[in-house]
Amino acid sequence: MARVIVDVMLKPEILDPQGQAIARALPRLGFAGVSGVRQGKRFELELDGPADEAALSDVRKMAETLLANTVIEDFTIRVEG
Amino acid sequence: MSAARVGVVTFPGTLDDQDAARAVRLAGAEAVPLWHADHDLKGVDAVFLPGGFSYGDYLRCGAISRFSPLMTELIPAARSGLPVLGTCNGFQILCEAHLLPGALTRNEGLHYICRDQRIRVESTRTAWTADFADGQEIVLPIKHGEGRYVADAETLAALESEGRVVFRYAGGNPNGSLNDIAGITNEAGNVVGLMPHPEHAVEDLTGAPSVDGRHFFTSILKRLVNA
Repeated sequence: MARVIVDVMLKPEILDPQGQAIARALPRLGFAGVSGVRQGKRFELELDGPADEAALSDVRKMAETLLANTVIEDFTIRVEG
Repeated sequence: MSAARVGVVTFPGTLDDQDAARAVRLAGAEAVPLWHADHDLKGVDAVFLPGGFSYGDYLRCGAISRFSPLMTELIPAARSGLPVLGTCNGFQILCEAHLLPGALTRNEGLHYICRDQRIRVESTRTAWTADFADGQEIVLPIKHGEGRYVADAETLAALESEGRVVFRYAGGNPNGSLNDIAGITNEAGNVVGLMPHPEHAVEDLTGAPSVDGRHFFTSILKRLVNA
């Protein structure tokens, strides 16, 4: 069994008002030194088998089809191990 | 002659299907309920995708609905010319299904907005807007948290140059939509999506800000009768 992580982030050019709101909240809470925040989604996929090339190719298809909307989002895939 | 039959889709979490069906009936058509889990368009002449929070907006608005059994029937039918109107969540579903380009993202100000909104009609060449006048200003309710239309520069330029921006916000942009876009159409003009709610503006009795929404339904009925 393997765990594969898919991180989905809004593309850099897409406005992220949630990230901006978090960035504005940090100084109010006394946290200094953060110049920007972008908010994204993390998916943890538990695979039945090993995270081999075929499985990762499937995960890529899942990400393109459902997990991310590639019109506005980028994704990265990595194996946790 | 039998009345035109307009399908109204209900997903789990759809809110506006009853208003949509009522608006269809007020215009003189038969409203045909369509259920998300059926592989059956019931031979309707056009389809209305109403607003709400289908599948709880899980993952992204419209991301799950787009793969429902009904949508697997609707997507090829729309590509073949079936008139489809999506409002609010329906617009989001049409974008997720790639029947319309671009995407709807979180409102610029993060607030959920519920108010009456002035809208300018930019195109009367679609199946759903023929009964308006080009440049006409109308008032429709809006109520959404994720209505900020975005698309890449190339897509936006194509929408503008091909006259596919159908509605623009007037008197102020409520959500940060690029180019003040409130609604767009596909290349053929049979699929239209918009964030405002025509189905909530068809009767004075309900306290609607106008009855401008009626023209969407009279437009499609004329199209179907003349088809």
